[in-house]
Amino acid sequence: MINKANVVIVGGGISGVSIAYNLAKKGMKDIVVIEKKYLASGATGRCGAGVRAQWGTEMNCRIAHESIKFYEKANENLNYERDIDFKQGGYLILATTKKEKEQFEKNLKLQNRLGIPSKMISSEEAKKIVPYLNTEDVVVATYCPIDGHINPFKATDAYALAAEKLGVKIYKYTEVLDIVIEDGEIKKVVTDKGDIETDIIVNAAGGYAKQIAEMVGVDLPVFSERHQILVTEPVEEMLGPMVMSFSKNLYCQQTPEGSFIMGRSGENEPTDMRITSSWDFLDKMAKTITHTLPPISELTVIRQWAGLYNITPDRQPIYGETKDVKGFFLAVGFSGRGFMVAPMTGLLIAEQIMGEENSIDISSLSLERFEKGELVFEPSVV
Amino acid sequence: MDQKTLEEKTIICRCSDVTLKEVRDLIREGYTEPDEIKRILRTGMGPCQGRTCGPLILREVAIMTGRTIDEIVPFTYRPPSKGIKMGAIAKGGELNDK
Ligand SMILES: Cc1cc2nc3c(=O)[nH]c(=O)nc-3n(C[C@H](O)[C@H](O)[C@H](O)COP(=O)(O)OP(=O)(O)OC[C@H]3O[C@@H](n4cnc5c(N)ncnc54)[C@H](O)[C@@H]3O)c2cc1C
Repeated sequence: MINKANVVIVGGGISGVSIAYNLAKKGMKDIVVIEKKYLASGATGRCGAGVRAQWGTEMNCRIAHESIKFYEKANENLNYERDIDFKQGGYLILATTKKEKEQFEKNLKLQNRLGIPSKMISSEEAKKIVPYLNTEDVVVATYCPIDGHINPFKATDAYALAAEKLGVKIYKYTEVLDIVIEDGEIKKVVTDKGDIETDIIVNAAGGYAKQIAEMVGVDLPVFSERHQILVTEPVEEMLGPMVMSFSKNLYCQQTPEGSFIMGRSGENEPTDMRITSSWDFLDKMAKTITHTLPPISELTVIRQWAGLYNITPDRQPIYGETKDVKGFFLAVGFSGRGFMVAPMTGLLIAEQIMGEENSIDISSLSLERFEKGELVFEPSVV
Repeated sequence: MDQKTLEEKTIICRCSDVTLKEVRDLIREGYTEPDEIKRILRTGMGPCQGRTCGPLILREVAIMTGRTIDEIVPFTYRPPSKGIKMGAIAKGGELNDK
C-alpha cells in the first residue's frame, strides 16, 4: 500500500468511486479509495438504484436531472465494456389523496420549468402504461419518461474501472480504523493495512459516516436505518416503469433480466446498523404490492435483503468541507437517494476539493445548516 | 475437447447461464471473491440462490488464488429458504407446496 496521498476517500460505494473518478478527471494525482469489503458492499449494492428527476426543489431537480444525463451516457463516458443496464422506462408515481395531487401539481410546474419532461396523467392513462395497475385508490399519477433504474454493481464497477485507468488506487478489504489530526488539520489515515499520510479526506462511508466523522471529532446529526427489499424469480417483460407511491409506501421495478425488485419503508426499523431481514417486511410488502399490481401474486420471491439509509434531520444530504476540520469533506446523509445523485455528488465534491466554483449551488447543504437551523425542505422524499 | 472449449461449454450457473470461462476470466481480472463475481455475472442471484454455483465458484476461486476454501467468504444466505409466491404470503403465509 502507498503511504502518501493527496486525497483519501473513505468508502467504495457509488459516491466514493464517483468522487474519485471526477477528481482524477480534473487532474488530481495520488487519489486513494479505501473500502473495508468489496466495492458496492454497502448501501449501493443493496439499493433499488432507481433514478428520478421528479423532485420538489430546484436544487434537487437539477442535481437529479444532471445525474440522469450522465447515467444515460455512462457506458460511453466511462468507457465501460460491460453495461450499467439503465432501463429508462420512466417513474410512474401514484397519488392517492387530493393533498398529494396538489403537491404534485406544484412539483410538475417546477420540473417542467427546469426542462424535466414529467407530466400529470389520469388513472386511465396510467393503465395504458401498466395495464394491470389497480387504480381503485389512485387519484392521479405523474410520469417522467427519462427516469428509470440501473444496475448499481455495474455502475460502481464502471466508475471504479474508469478511475483506476486515470491512476486512482482502490484498496478493497482495507478498513479505516482512525484518522490523525493535529491543530485542526488532517495528518494521516490509519488502516488495518498501514497508514497513509494525507491533507484531504472525503467521508463517503454511507451508513458508517457518523463513525468516520467521530474519528476527527466531528459530530454528524445522522442515523442509519435499516431498509428492506426483495426480488422475485425472473419472468417475461411485463413492467416498463418504476412504479412508486409515497402514500402507498412502495416502489417496484422489473429489471432487464426479468426479476421484480420492490421495497417499502418499515414502521419500526432498527437503527443499530443491523441489516437482517424480517418476516414483517415480507408480509406487508406482499400485501401492498399484490393490491396495487395484482399479477405479482403469481411471482415467487427468491430473496430478501436489507441495507442502511443514512438519514439527516431534513432528509437532505450533507455536502462539503467541515468548518472545524480543514480538509475533511462530507458526502453523506443521502437519506435513501444517494445512488441517483452520485454522478453529481462526484462532480460537486471534486469541484470543491479543486477549489472551483460549484456548477450547482449546494452551499445550503453544508453541515452548518443544522447549527443555524436552516433546514432544507423537500416535499418529495420517500 | 481442448481446455478452451471445455471452459466455454461448462455451465457453472444454470439460473443465469454463466460459463466456467466467464468465471475464470473475471477471477483473472481481479474479481477474486464470490461476492464480487456474483455482482457482475449474477451467479447465485437466480431462483436456486447459489445452491449449485456457490460451491463450484468457491472451488475455482480457491484454485486460482491459492487459498483454501475456508479462507474464502461464501455467498450470504438470506430468506426465504425456499421460493414462496407473493400471493401466498399476502394471504397469510400459506406455503405454495400443495
Ligand atoms: C433498500 C434500499 C433501497 C434504496 N433505493 C434507492 C434508490 O432506488 N435510488 C437511490 O438513489 N438510492 C437508493 N437507496 C440509497 C442508496 O443506496 C444510498 O444512498 C447510496 O448507495 C449511498 O452510496 P454511498 O457510496 O454514499 O454509500 P455506501 O454504498 O454505503 O458506501 C459506503 C462504503 O463505505 C464502506 N466503509 C464504511 N466504513 C468504512 C471504514 N471504516 N473503512 C473503509 N470502508 C468503510 C462501506 O463498506 C461501504 O461500502 C436505497 C438504499 C437502500 C438500503
